[in-house]
Amino acid sequence: MSISINDVRWSAGGLMIVNGISIDVAPGKTLGLLGPNGSGKSSLLKLICRLRNVKSGVIALGNADIAGMARLDIARRVALVEQQAATEAQVTVLDVVRLGRTPHRGPLTPWSAADDQAVNEALHHVGLPARAGQFWHTLSGGERQRVHIARALAQTPSELLLDEPTNHLDIQHQLEILSLVAKLPVTSIIALHDLNLAAMFCDNLAVLHHGKVVAAGTPEEVLTEDLIANVFGVRAYIERSPHHGRQHVQYRLD
Amino acid sequence: MSLAVVQPVVIGERWWARLALITLSLVALGFMISLAVSIGEISIPLETTAKAVSNRLFGTAFELSRIHQGIVWDYRLSRALLAASAGAALALSGAVLQALLRNPLAEPYVLGISAGASTGAVAVMILGFGYGVLTLSAGAFIGAVVAFILVSALAAGAAGGADRIILAGVAGSQLFNALTSYIVTTSANAEQARGVMFWLLGSLSGVRWPDVYLAAPVALIGFAVSVFYARALDAFTFGVDAAAALGIAVNRVRVILLGATALMTAAMVSIVGSIGFVGLVIPHAARFLAGPSHGRLLPASAMIGSIFMVAADIVSRIIIPQQILPIGVVTALFGAPAFALILYKARRPV
Repeated sequence: MSISINDVRWSAGGLMIVNGISIDVAPGKTLGLLGPNGSGKSSLLKLICRLRNVKSGVIALGNADIAGMARLDIARRVALVEQQAATEAQVTVLDVVRLGRTPHRGPLTPWSAADDQAVNEALHHVGLPARAGQFWHTLSGGERQRVHIARALAQTPSELLLDEPTNHLDIQHQLEILSLVAKLPVTSIIALHDLNLAAMFCDNLAVLHHGKVVAAGTPEEVLTEDLIANVFGVRAYIERSPHHGRQHVQYRLD
Repeated sequence: MSLAVVQPVVIGERWWARLALITLSLVALGFMISLAVSIGEISIPLETTAKAVSNRLFGTAFELSRIHQGIVWDYRLSRALLAASAGAALALSGAVLQALLRNPLAEPYVLGISAGASTGAVAVMILGFGYGVLTLSAGAFIGAVVAFILVSALAAGAAGGADRIILAGVAGSQLFNALTSYIVTTSANAEQARGVMFWLLGSLSGVRWPDVYLAAPVALIGFAVSVFYARALDAFTFGVDAAAALGIAVNRVRVILLGATALMTAAMVSIVGSIGFVGLVIPHAARFLAGPSHGRLLPASAMIGSIFMVAADIVSRIIIPQQILPIGVVTALFGAPAFALILYKARRPV
């Protein structure tokens, strides 16, 4: 397994946010993390790259328990794209993408050709090489998200974690970013709200509710009318799309 | 597929440009210090200044009047070097804190350091704490460190983001300023109150070589430590979690850099009093010239800070004949409009 999460618990302020979650993700696969607001998606992503420490349970990358890994070694392997990370600094696109090389450089090592290559490839992946010199604060929301993904790719990760990367984006950019991530040759976990997009782009889905996994498997197995009623409290029709062959959710108002 | 990326042109990207820039700014600082030594009540030609310095440093035997030799070496050069060290240390502290706390208004005194230093100084000067053992500077240094520890403990207790440190600093500053005012109003006579006032506004009068032997190494070591962590500071651009996700040992970096800025500030404040605006304004000016990357920003801040402070000292000595203004008044008189200008220029199209 690329990422394996085994009976992980984490609490904050006396509240159990992640309550015994176990999930495995195979190398190169894309896992969609679904669930209502406050179900523990963001917290789980932060636990996987050890921005928070688990209270109990084990998270492993490959065969290594992250609790025993150096922070630098985790950062060389796992990249995180946070939800709407912003800055007031007058940085350019290139400055931001270059940050991705931080874990691969010592405090005084000069910038190398390998660093340049990683940064250039990352910019090409997200289609922004021509914008390298542009200032961050002049970018649109979609462009900023793509720059964050480029920064994460410059880390040359084998695992990529994305926390609602399509929030606040128009539909064109949502599709662009998700198809970009789905095509990347890395293992990824994406926290998502849109069930249809999750079905279209993810190999597997896990649904969280009150800090527990209530369903996991392929989109066909997971997205059922009962599950949507139980977890999200809305009623829906589910059918296989005649166009892309994946599950398609339509909501009922009655 | 071509992988060529248009690199934005930034001054100092090439090694020779960087070397030229460093040389040029050192020459500028040297020139400013020579000016500071030459200008004053008794005007001394640059040539005489050079001779006097050479007599002391290289054992040359140029014929000079004892008075000139004494003024240059014992009074003005030590004073100028201290101004340069203090300017560099305060500007550097401001640049580091603005990055670490992700707040453009962060500056060295936000940690309560200057308020604590003044309470310490006043306690020694007026109440006579540690009479005969503690000098005013030592009292100020202890006050500064105590205030910093209290503010850090308050911020840590209130666990939360960088904003908490700033709020804790505001609370700490208010408390220590109140203590200072309380001591001054209840215990000081008019003479003492005037002395305290002068010290609180920052003053380079009475600076001698032993002060420089403390200030210069502190500034240099602070500089080396901050530059060592320049890339870690870059990683804080998008916040603490983003830095941690890039492999930065966030807590260690914070403790080391907060400690370094606290010690730099405490050392400078204990020698020259609290000189405002340098720590706040200079990093913004440096960012204008050198960009946001800390590998360039920190050296630029240190250099501009020291040149500015030496210039401010010259102005404080010559602007009113027969009188020396507190240097803090000069830095604020120039700093406040400069800051307003920076804000105005940096405004973004909404």
